[in-house]
Amino acid sequence: MTAGIKSPLNTYLEHLEKGELAYQFSPKAGKAVFYPRVLCPFTGSDKLEWRVSKGLGTVYSTTVVYPAKGEPYNVALIDCDEGFRLMSRVEDIDPKKVQIGQRVQFRVHRPGGEEPPCPVFVPAEVKP
Amino acid sequence: MSRMNGLKRGSAAIVGVAESDIGQVADGFSVIDLMAQGVQRALEDCGLTLKDVDGVFSATSQSRLSVLSLCEYLGIDPPFIGSTIVGGSSFEYHVAHAMNAIEQGLCNVAVIAYGSTQRSIGRKQASVREINPYESPFNPFMPSSAYAMAAARHMHQYGTTREQLAAVAVAAREWAQLNPVAWDRKPLSIQDVLSARMVSYPFTVRDICLVTDGGGAVIVTSAERARSLRKKPAYVLGCGQSTTHSSISSMPDLTVTGAVASGKAAYKMAKLGPADVDAFELYDAFTLNTILFLEDLGVCKKGEGGPFVEGGRIGPKGSVPVNTNGGGLSYCHPGMYGLFLLIEAVRQLRGECGARQVKDCEVAIAHGNGGVLSSQATVILGNEATV
Repeated sequence: MTAGIKSPLNTYLEHLEKGELAYQFSPKAGKAVFYPRVLCPFTGSDKLEWRVSKGLGTVYSTTVVYPAKGEPYNVALIDCDEGFRLMSRVEDIDPKKVQIGQRVQFRVHRPGGEEPPCPVFVPAEVKP
Repeated sequence: MSRMNGLKRGSAAIVGVAESDIGQVADGFSVIDLMAQGVQRALEDCGLTLKDVDGVFSATSQSRLSVLSLCEYLGIDPPFIGSTIVGGSSFEYHVAHAMNAIEQGLCNVAVIAYGSTQRSIGRKQASVREINPYESPFNPFMPSSAYAMAAARHMHQYGTTREQLAAVAVAAREWAQLNPVAWDRKPLSIQDVLSARMVSYPFTVRDICLVTDGGGAVIVTSAERARSLRKKPAYVLGCGQSTTHSSISSMPDLTVTGAVASGKAAYKMAKLGPADVDAFELYDAFTLNTILFLEDLGVCKKGEGGPFVEGGRIGPKGSVPVNTNGGGLSYCHPGMYGLFLLIEAVRQLRGECGARQVKDCEVAIAHGNGGVLSSQATVILGNEATV
């Protein structure tokens, strides 16, 4: 009987619903883990803590997809400052202008309907 | 962790190879029809018959239990079957698995078969789209966008240019012009590649493999039995495999592939190095792949693959023969191209390649890639002189 235990995906999505980008941390490995799972891929330990990212990261790589119909759009891999990488896109900027090494800030995207929220990024505000 | 595979250098050989019909096959052909065609032709190539076959391996994206379908179709119940499926490199894995089974006495004549009708039925029908909740919301055009991000990163870190990527496509096309069965043999320039329709930056449609039908088979047997057969054996000198990730967001470093580990294991088993290889058949689903695998298999240093492929070095007039059949970019790419790497490597070792024959070809590499740079498998083959 395991009902009541939340899946890694649903825990992650619940955080997103609240506007938070959650990831796991493996105390045994001393490393961040992403995507969320039931075992640490570095140690095999099932002791994984949930943490909430500060939402700051750097573009690791980027591409612009040119669909047969519609406007080109960005797809990127983002390295978050806590030490995990995820696929996302950078918004509020021409997709062709997204640069590797660029600093970005998390924002939750809510597509609406049946679609769950997902994490997107925007160019980070440069601190004075 | 060093990779031990326990296989004995040269204990088995590829003795028969054949393509099925390729390009665009006749209406109504199934993937198992194409596998069976390949099996029949490959057996004919070496002078064996279905009665001799006691091991069957297969992979395709269009039949969930393909090895069962193939055995049923052929009317055989072989004592050993395998259908490891890890994308386009599956067949290089099958070679190592067949070699192991042969060494252990589990089978003696293994066929490895593939079939695809993705051009006829459409790419979307040929492979089921899998939803990844951490990637699919962003609509990457897969697999192209994954490789495109690897290319963008390689360009960023090493200064690789779109012109250098295009040089890979041009070299492949020049080889294809020497291969009568290649799908696309029209002249192609670097400018043609750059100005083609953009798909996922930095790739235009000419940086990306063909979408064709096709299939085929190879026959593997013991070295002892190989010597009594019709054609010159291509001995399996080395094998290595590495799986670094499944989804592109989990690839540790987008500029370094598992070919480093798979190549190292294969060279170690073969007691050879990159300088000993006469022909390189490298899985070129995208122009970037050839550059990455030249680096990761030690032909040039990491980051130097872009300049390395300039000036026609890997083309028919160059010093390093790469993808001598025209590759997945110009010859044939039915979705899981790895079997064709083995077929071409064997033909080069036998000296059967006519206008595209590499002179004095004694050692050839077939390097398979699967998923999104995920599964890498290297097979080093050699002729009689190398055993």
